[in-house]
Amino acid sequence: MVVYKLKTPISEEQIRKLRVNDVLYVTGTVVTARDQAHRRALEFFKEGKPIPLSLDGLAVFHCGPVVAKKGEKWVAVAAGPTTSTRMDIFEDEFIKDFKVRVVIGKGGMGKRTTDAMAKFGAVYGAFTGGAAVLAARAIKNVRSVEWFDLGMPEAMWVFEVEEFGPLAVAIDSHGNNLFTDVQKSVEANKQKIYQKLGITS
Amino acid sequence: MDTAKVLENVAFNILKQAVIYLPDDIKQALKKAYAEETSDTGKTQLKAILDNVELAEKYEAPVCQDTGTIIFYVKAGAEAKDLDRVESALIGATRRATKEVPLRPNAVEPFTGKNSGDNTGRYLPYVNWEIVTGDGMEMTVMTKGGGSENVCLGGMIVPGEGIKGLKKFVVDAVVKAGAQPCPPTILGIAMGGGADISMKLAKKTLLLPLNEHNPDPEIAKLEKEIFEAVNMTGIGPMGLGGKTTVLGVHIDYAYRHPASFPAAVAFNCWASRRSSARINADGTVEYLTHKLKS
Repeated sequence: MVVYKLKTPISEEQIRKLRVNDVLYVTGTVVTARDQAHRRALEFFKEGKPIPLSLDGLAVFHCGPVVAKKGEKWVAVAAGPTTSTRMDIFEDEFIKDFKVRVVIGKGGMGKRTTDAMAKFGAVYGAFTGGAAVLAARAIKNVRSVEWFDLGMPEAMWVFEVEEFGPLAVAIDSHGNNLFTDVQKSVEANKQKIYQKLGITS
Repeated sequence: MDTAKVLENVAFNILKQAVIYLPDDIKQALKKAYAEETSDTGKTQLKAILDNVELAEKYEAPVCQDTGTIIFYVKAGAEAKDLDRVESALIGATRRATKEVPLRPNAVEPFTGKNSGDNTGRYLPYVNWEIVTGDGMEMTVMTKGGGSENVCLGGMIVPGEGIKGLKKFVVDAVVKAGAQPCPPTILGIAMGGGADISMKLAKKTLLLPLNEHNPDPEIAKLEKEIFEAVNMTGIGPMGLGGKTTVLGVHIDYAYRHPASFPAAVAFNCWASRRSSARINADGTVEYLTHKLKS
């Protein structure tokens, strides 16, 4: 387990050093995107329309934050991760089109995303589910909100963060997926549990 | 005394307490899990959880950004006054908390997908009523996130399989849920009654403190057996592997039809949010789970 502290924009070379079970802290720009923002960004790309900012080398965060307006300024109150599997249908294209280097979320992602991360050089950083204040405290500035018409949770929030983490590297850029590994051993353990409880499967 | 105002204030206070301050039994269990976890990655997750719990208290911010669906449980004394004003007070408190705490607006109309913006809507907040003797009232709120709700499972066991069938049902539900409900979770399990009743009972047990086991020693033994079994899965904190998958197990039951064996598993995430208060007939209020912080 190695601890990495990276600043955005992150290069492919930097991200390729990371392996599953490493710990990552990101400083720089993190952009939220849930289902709706992913869908719209991919549509824009297909139509040749620019999205609000370049995501090259940045981190995308699966998060629908609680954000409050203090005077003219937005402040992140609570900003933990949402379940990433919902974005599995978009993420491979998203990584390819926008060259994001880090995808932050909870619960893990599937084979399509894992393959894209290996091909284009990106990692999945699992942020502890529910650790919303820990995340919010690392957000030093809400730089902007884009696509606010999608609603507070689904909009694209552009956060400036300092040592955002800890992110458990759960998918690396070499085809390793910690969630899949855990699932395999859980399936094997299940048979032992059945035996202990006297269950015939 | 304006009863409606008192009711709304109490409901607002317990809602605010619930989303910011985790109950002591949950905090103790998380600390114990952190001390005992052997997986490095699992330990990192539990450390982040404990840091987050502390920061939420320090900054009086919701412990999780998913402030959940708001469910109230009201035990109303048969002699209590103004019971017809309770539901509107609970709706008022929910609207106020959404604005002032703040809570994330989480009430969406199923057909249009339109968010009401204030956590209220048809049947939300949901109110579970129970009539008891006396002239007071006990009010409890549970706010439950989407991640843990999405893996709740109700089903029908072949009656001939009995308790063994129930055990398999629970183990399979935990394995299938994996990382989704933000483990370490708390499991509420119930059987009997009917499809609706078992789920209602299962969810209600999530209000019990972790150290409060079923008074029936046989059921308490089953709680322990399932607790140990599901912690052998290796799912671990956040599904990243480890020995802490579940913090506690509660079981309840109702009598069942001879041909039916309804079973239900309700999951709660580690951020188990609940708070209770008693309102006496003279208008005085006792906060039962949290010391009032204004």
